[in-house]
Amino acid sequence: MSVSIEVNGTRHDIDGDPSMPLLYALRDQIGLRGAKFGCGLGQCGACTVIVDGRAVFSCLTPISALEGRAVTTTEGLLEDGKPGKVHQAFIDEQAAQCGYCIAGMVMRVQHLLERNADPTDEEILTGMQANLCRCGTHAAIIRAVQRAART
Amino acid sequence: MTIAPNLSRRSLLQGAGGLVVAFSLTGGVRPASAETAAVLKSVAEGAVDSYISIDPKGMVTVYSGKIDYGTGVRTGFAQMAAEELSVPLDRVTVIEGDTSLTPDQGPTYGSLSIEVGGQAIRKAAATAREALLDAAGERLGVERAGLTITDGMIRGDGGEISYGDLLNGENFSLEVNENVRLKDPAQFTIVGQPIIRDGLPGKITGAFEYMQDLKIDGMAHARVVRPPAIDATLEGVDESSISHLPDVQIVQKGNFLAVVAESEWTAVRAAREISVTWATTESLPDQAQLWTHVRETPIAKDDVTSDIGDVDSAAGTRQVKATYDFALHTHGSIGPSCSVADFSDGKLVSWSSSQATHRLRGQLSDMFSVPEEDVRCIYIEGAGCYGRNGHEDAAADAALISRELGRPIRVQWMRHDEHGWDPKGPPTLIDLTATIDDAGAVAAWSSEFFIPQGAGGRVALLGANLADLPTNQDTNPGGITNDSAIPYGFPNIRTVCHRLESTPLRPSWIRAPGRMQNTFANEAFLDEVAAELAVDPMEYRRGLIDPADKRGLAVLDRLKEFAGWEPRPSPRSGGDGDGARLTGRGMAYVKYELKRTYVGAVAEVSMDANSGAIKVDRFFVVHDCGQIINPAGVRAQIEGNVIQTTSRTLMEELTFDRNMVTSLDWASYPILRFPDVPEVNIELIDYPNEVPWGAGEPTAAVVSACISNAVFDAAGIRLRSVPFKPAKVRAALSEQRS
Ligand code: FES
Ligand code: FES
Repeated sequence: MSVSIEVNGTRHDIDGDPSMPLLYALRDQIGLRGAKFGCGLGQCGACTVIVDGRAVFSCLTPISALEGRAVTTTEGLLEDGKPGKVHQAFIDEQAAQCGYCIAGMVMRVQHLLERNADPTDEEILTGMQANLCRCGTHAAIIRAVQRAART
Repeated sequence: MTIAPNLSRRSLLQGAGGLVVAFSLTGGVRPASAETAAVLKSVAEGAVDSYISIDPKGMVTVYSGKIDYGTGVRTGFAQMAAEELSVPLDRVTVIEGDTSLTPDQGPTYGSLSIEVGGQAIRKAAATAREALLDAAGERLGVERAGLTITDGMIRGDGGEISYGDLLNGENFSLEVNENVRLKDPAQFTIVGQPIIRDGLPGKITGAFEYMQDLKIDGMAHARVVRPPAIDATLEGVDESSISHLPDVQIVQKGNFLAVVAESEWTAVRAAREISVTWATTESLPDQAQLWTHVRETPIAKDDVTSDIGDVDSAAGTRQVKATYDFALHTHGSIGPSCSVADFSDGKLVSWSSSQATHRLRGQLSDMFSVPEEDVRCIYIEGAGCYGRNGHEDAAADAALISRELGRPIRVQWMRHDEHGWDPKGPPTLIDLTATIDDAGAVAAWSSEFFIPQGAGGRVALLGANLADLPTNQDTNPGGITNDSAIPYGFPNIRTVCHRLESTPLRPSWIRAPGRMQNTFANEAFLDEVAAELAVDPMEYRRGLIDPADKRGLAVLDRLKEFAGWEPRPSPRSGGDGDGARLTGRGMAYVKYELKRTYVGAVAEVSMDANSGAIKVDRFFVVHDCGQIINPAGVRAQIEGNVIQTTSRTLMEELTFDRNMVTSLDWASYPILRFPDVPEVNIELIDYPNEVPWGAGEPTAAVVSACISNAVFDAAGIRLRSVPFKPAKVRAALSEQRS
């Protein structure tokens, strides 16, 4: 099966098993490293991307469901090759240790702020809860969300 | 050679067996090709060239056997080298954990990277600088004393010459001077700065290349298929079960089974859909009887970790006794282990996120019966591992499959592989007794730790065991006797570790191995004693620390101030809890391994007496790791330790049946999510003139006891069994009522 998916503004024709999750298309066929394999189960959020304005687990979303859809990954938030607003807030707060969860966190934050430009602390905590971090970078991530919301 | 005439080539030759490399303009290293000037890279310990090279453009490369798995030590090494050499930080590149390029500095564990690995780099850099100054003095014909260095340029009366020009691509060929003059900390401009950790922006934007991202030419994707029991025999594979999938190869060797495909998704499906028959044997104890099992496990030997006075003849009028336990835990990397291997012509190149590439080389050499020289292990940063997780096992898997198929192979473990098969933090059981005399002082402290035998050596490779290939079979749980002894001055103390012959599931070290579990028991039990004596736990500790240990006392004094601690005994009386909601505070203290980093911490908790749920609201941490290399890095480590260990303390517990681990995902082994993350307040004490100690582990040691002590303060119940799940809390509350 071949599906046509727009990824970060560029159209890609993806060939393969229709049940193949978007994550494998992004990483192995399109060559984007941002979305990560963490569990393949929708439990950790390392693979989080935005599809037409909604944050989804790319490890669970089959390519067959994506014909004509627009996907954004952390690479798609770059502005002229430079860090975008959410990126910069994470950099300024040094919000990454091993960083394996972070590209997924960035997309979760992007999604959160697209829906709610000025979240309360409570809304940040609930808005982020789908994503796991093992390094305990949460506190720095929360500061990054607050910073991104301010800028 | 253009530098000082008295330098020998001995150290270079000692390093023979290293790789011939060339330096690219960016300071990176790649194998030498015919058209590039090549040098033989020394890897011998104690040779300057093993740690430092400077190319003709003045770009510095630091070679470290210790590696950065998200802790920031790579940046710390660069800061230390740049500082000693007086070059801007952006001229320094760090190569980590490559057996052909970096010295063997031992595994990256024990919070020793900066203290041991960084100090070695610092001395090598200082030795290099001194040699460069000597050479510049000669070249410029001026007194050495009159030379100054700015940004890698040495200036003297009437002349200047850069490091790059002085060396002109040559080696230093120089032994590291252990007593070399180090830069005066008062002159530091790079060490001590909160430099952004190397790689951090790319981790955020997606540009960073992790182990999981590595692709090499001709590589195929493999997935392992593990048995449904630790003790199992592969009886048959039904190849037709995956015949609908294109181009899948099956690799079987003994009980080792893997599927390989050109497309990663095909490999994932093949592993999921393949039909395999196994004969299984129940080999694990009943989890419901775990602590009985631990207590009854034969003891291989006793390690007495402290023995002061005579605890048996100490006179007392009453005793406080308690038993503590800490559950089996997994490392819990967010990214399952991954490795790429290229095994051809009897030579193996292995890329992995191993925290011990030099040791891994030896293990792979044993496993495949090839000489160590024919194995090169290269570290690439992956997801954080927090100890010896599955990285080395994935490396063994990839190497085995690559050897069988004769092509480069990438193995990516799935989530159930990591949760099910990475080695585990072993169960820890601890009995403590304090004998109190008639004056209300502790006359004797004695403790017994029931923990597996072994240390921090080679952990058996899973793939080797499955394939029945050679691998060391010793139990290696890490240095888990550490911090069984206590930093307090009771007249009679005896602490004994009963080293058990075996432990359920293959053990290894999880972050702060032993120190975390042992300090939990010691610091919570000390709190029990303070409560028994009706004294303030902070002041009580203060009175028990050696008065000569000024840094320890300073930590407690700063903590009292920082956390706004008001002296009173626990539990609190009255209080501002409304109805079922109770609040409390608790503290703990550690002098890591009784000899380095000091941490004092206070936790504030609130709890729901109906549900038994505990919420850790805030932590206050005062931390002294001596000279701070990068305060932003240290803070990140402290925050990470508090949050990770809060998760371990409140909710983490491996489950298993008689066959194998059953907590195979994040639903059955939950960890802390955002709404439950405590606020972490940190105060760093910096001693620029002291040795820099580690920060990657010590804070983990105090967290569980802080929380237990805070719960006691809030509710008057003692939680002695990690994790503090709501059911345990409810049981303790109902026991208290009856
Ligand atoms: S990898 Fe998709 S949720 Fe974990
Ligand atoms: S930064 Fe390592 S898992 Fe989040």
